[in-house]
Amino acid sequence: MAAEITIKVNERSWKVAASADTPLLYVLANELHLQGPRFGCGLAQCGSCSVLVNGVETRSCVTPVAAVRGKSVTTLEGLPAWYAARQKLSVTPALHPVQQAMIDEQAVQCGYCYNGMIVKASELLAKNPRPTDAEIRTAMKGHLCRCGTYPRVIKAIRRASKAMSGGAA
Amino acid sequence: MNFPRREFLKAGGALIVGFNLSEALFGQSHLDPVSRPPVPGPPDAKMVDTWLAIHADNTATIFIGFAELGQGNSTALLQVAAEELDMDMSRLKTVRLDTSITPNQGGTYSSASIQRGGPQVRTAAAEARLALLQMASKKLDAPIEGLTVSNGVVSAGNGKSVTYGELTGDRPLHIPFTGKAPLKPFTQYKVVGTGVPRNDIPDKVAGKYVYMQHVRVPDMLHVRVVRPRGQRAYGAGAKVVSIDESSIRGIPGARVLRRNDFIGVAAENEWDAVHAARQLKVTWETPPALPGNRGMHDAMRASKTTDRVVLEKGNAAAAMVGAAHVVSQSYRGPYQMHGPFGPNCAIADVKPDSALVICSTQDVYGTRTGIARILGLAVDKVRVQYYEGSGTYGHSCYDDVAQSAAILSQLAGKPVRLQFMRWDEHGWDNYGPAHVGEIRAAVDAAGRIVAYEYDGWQHNWSLVETAEQLALNRAPAAWPGAAAQGVSANHLGGIYYVPNLRLINHQVPGGDWFKGGWLRSPLDLSLAFASEQTIDELARLSGIDSYEFRRRNIVNERWLGVLDAAAKASNWKPRVAGSNISKSRIVTGRGIGLGTHLASYGGAVAEIEVNRETGQVVAKHMYGAIDAGLAVNPAFIENQIGGQLVQTASRMFKEEVTFNETGVTSLDWNSYPILRFDECPEVTAVVVQRLDQRSSGAGEEVMAAAAGAIANAFFDATGVRMREYPLTPKRVLAALRG
Repeated sequence: MAAEITIKVNERSWKVAASADTPLLYVLANELHLQGPRFGCGLAQCGSCSVLVNGVETRSCVTPVAAVRGKSVTTLEGLPAWYAARQKLSVTPALHPVQQAMIDEQAVQCGYCYNGMIVKASELLAKNPRPTDAEIRTAMKGHLCRCGTYPRVIKAIRRASKAMSGGAA
Repeated sequence: MNFPRREFLKAGGALIVGFNLSEALFGQSHLDPVSRPPVPGPPDAKMVDTWLAIHADNTATIFIGFAELGQGNSTALLQVAAEELDMDMSRLKTVRLDTSITPNQGGTYSSASIQRGGPQVRTAAAEARLALLQMASKKLDAPIEGLTVSNGVVSAGNGKSVTYGELTGDRPLHIPFTGKAPLKPFTQYKVVGTGVPRNDIPDKVAGKYVYMQHVRVPDMLHVRVVRPRGQRAYGAGAKVVSIDESSIRGIPGARVLRRNDFIGVAAENEWDAVHAARQLKVTWETPPALPGNRGMHDAMRASKTTDRVVLEKGNAAAAMVGAAHVVSQSYRGPYQMHGPFGPNCAIADVKPDSALVICSTQDVYGTRTGIARILGLAVDKVRVQYYEGSGTYGHSCYDDVAQSAAILSQLAGKPVRLQFMRWDEHGWDNYGPAHVGEIRAAVDAAGRIVAYEYDGWQHNWSLVETAEQLALNRAPAAWPGAAAQGVSANHLGGIYYVPNLRLINHQVPGGDWFKGGWLRSPLDLSLAFASEQTIDELARLSGIDSYEFRRRNIVNERWLGVLDAAAKASNWKPRVAGSNISKSRIVTGRGIGLGTHLASYGGAVAEIEVNRETGQVVAKHMYGAIDAGLAVNPAFIENQIGGQLVQTASRMFKEEVTFNETGVTSLDWNSYPILRFDECPEVTAVVVQRLDQRSSGAGEEVMAAAAGAIANAFFDATGVRMREYPLTPKRVLAALRG
C-alpha cells in the first residue's frame, strides 16, 4: 500500500507516495519526472537506470524506494552539482567533465545507455582520478552498450580524467 | 495538447509542478517547436513546402521523413539542406517524424537516410533556393545570374541585399518541384563532407533528451502485455486456455484487458501494472514441439523448402572438374536478436473515430497502416508520431508494441502507456533468422577463382506481428518479396570476378520457426562467415596471402579501395593464413574480409586472441573501411564503423538465441549475453571518401566484412576453421579438439 516516503534526490527532499517495495526508478521517473535514470531491463543487468546513492553507483530498477530513506540520491541531472560540491567549486558547471567529454568525443550513438555510462564513470573518477585503460574496462564492465560505442566511452573517460586533474578540457 | 493535471509535489517547502507535458512532448531544443498545423499525411511530396519552411527570422525548418536512431541522420540531412540553401547549420532545425507533419520518405532501413533521403532533401532545397533567388531578383532589381548567397543573405552586384526571411516572411512558398533547379556541384561543397557535430548529443548526455520511454500523456493508464515468457513457433502463436482474474485482485486498480488470445493488464500506477502482469495467472495451450537449438540446423536443412536459382552464369559444376583446388563446406549461423537497450515503448490514445500512437518505429507510415488495419479505422484517421527510443538495429518490437498499445487503449477506452518488459522484447522479437550455407568453390593454378556454388537455407521475415496474430487470430504470414531475405548476389560471388557461378536459395517454411525480421545487415554476417572463409581457404590452398589473393580476384576498383584501406590501416604484412601458428596457450591471428549489405563497399581486418585452454576468443583490434560514395558527414560514418565492428564482435563471439522444445529461453542479458567493456576491441575506422559518387548506405556494410575477418583470424591463429558461430568457448574447444 502506498505510504508517504521522504527521499533526498539531487540535494532536495521530496515527499512521494509509493509502496515501500516500489523500485526507486519508478519513483524517479513517474513522480519526480527525471529523465536520467531509465528503464532498461528491470533486472540490474544493464545499467541504464543507474544513480549514485551516497556516491555509490546503484541500480535504481531493483532498489526499493524505502531503501534510500535517509540517503542521498544523485541522478544524471544532479551530477554537475555533485561534482562541484566534491571539488569545492564555487560555481556549478553546466556539465560534469564526463558529460563534456562524451560530447567532445562524439561518443554517443542512440545514447540510451549513457545515463549509466556517465554515472558509473563519474563514480570511477571520484574514486580513482587517473585510471588506466584496464581499470576503466573493469570498472565499466557492468554497463552494456548495444550500439557498440565502448571504445569512445573509454576515450571520453580518459579525456575527462585529464580535464579533472587540470589538463586540457 | 492539454497539460496534464498532476499532483503538486512538496519539495523543500516549495511547491513544484511535477510535470509539464509541453516539456515532455516537445522538450528537445533542436526539434522545437512543431512548426505547422497537422494534416492527414503524408503531405504532398511534389510541393517544396512539404520539405522545408523559411521563417521571417531567416531560419529554416527542414521536414525530414527519416528517423534519428543515433546514426546522426537528423544532422547529416540538415547538412545537405544547408549546403544547397547556402545557410549556416545554426539557422536550420528539423522536427520530429509525424504522419501529420513530415513527408513519407519510406522507412528508415537499408541504411537509406542519406542514400535515398539525401537527394530528396537536396533537390527540395535547390528548388527553394531557385524560387528565393527569383524573388530576390525582383526585389533587388538585379538579374538572377549576378546574385550570390551567403548564410541566407542574397546580395546583388548593385550593392543591395535581402535575406531569405525578408523575402518570405513566414509564408509558404506554394511552389511545386520544377525539376529545373540547378544542384550545387560537389566541388563547391563547404558543409557536406565535413564532420559537423551531432545536434542530439548535448541533450542526450545532459539527460534533457526526451526518449520515447520518457513521454507521458494526461489521464493515461500504465499497461503491460501478458504473454508466455519466450515465443513459441510463429505458426503456433499463443493460445489461452484460461485466465484467473482473481489472481490480481489484491493489486490496486489493476484489471485485465483481453481480445481473443491477446492479454494485457492496466493500472494507474506503473509498478502496480508491472506487478499485475507478473502475477496474473494464465494457462496457455502447450505448443507443438520445437527441435531446440541443437537440432535446429539439421531440421532446417531437412525441411520442405521452396527453391529458387537466384543467379546462374557459366557452368560451375563443369568448371570444378580439373580445377587446381576445390573446397566444399557447410556453415551455420544462429538466430540473433535486435535487443534494443531500452525495450520498446508506446503510447496510444484510441477514440471511436481516430487514434494517436506515439512510438519508436523506423517507419511512421508503415506503422500507421498496420494500426489502422487492426483498429478498423481509415488510415488517415490514425496519426503516428516518432520519439527516439534506444537503437533498434532493424525490426525489433516497435510495431508489436505500437499495435499492442493501440489494442489496449481501445479496450481500456483511455490513453495508455505500454512499456515492454525485458522478457517481452527479448522473447518476442522478430529475430534475425538462422542460416545454413553450403559452398563449393574452385581456383585454378594461377590463384584465380573459376567456380562458385552456393546453397542456402533460412526462413523468411514475418509479416503479421504478435499483437495482430493474438488479438485478431490473424494467420502468420511471410513478408512479401524475397530480395533481401535470401542469398545476396552482392555478396556471394559479387565481390570477386567468378566466371562460373550458381546461387540457390532454399526457403524454409517460417511457421515452424520463430518470427523473423531484418536485423542490422540482414543475413550478411552469416553469408560472409561462409563465403569469406571459403575465399580464404582457396587462398591458403593456392599458397597465397589472403589479402593478395583477394586483390588478384577483384575487378572493381571500389572493392580494391576498401580492401587496400583496411589492409593499410592494419599494417598488413603478407603471409599465408595459418602459416605462423604458435604452440602457446594463448595464440593470436589476423584475418581479412570484404562484405556489403546492399550498395556500399566494406572491408575489415580483425586481430584476435584465442585461449586454447578456455576456448575464449577476444578481438584485440578491428579495422573497418567503407566506401559509401559521397560521405556527407565522415565523422558520423566513423562512429558507425566503430559500432559495426564492436557489434559484429558481439554477434560473432556471443550472440545466439536459445530455445528449448517449448519456446525461446533467451529472455535477458544473462541468457543472451552481448560483448562487454572488458572484451571490447580497439577500433580503427577508415572512410574512403568519393565526392563524385552517389551516397550509399553506411550503417551496415562493414559488419559482413568484419564477420569474415574474425572467422579468418581464428583460422590464422589456430589452423582450425569454425563452421558455426557464435564462437563461444564451448564451440571453440570442441572445434580445437577436432
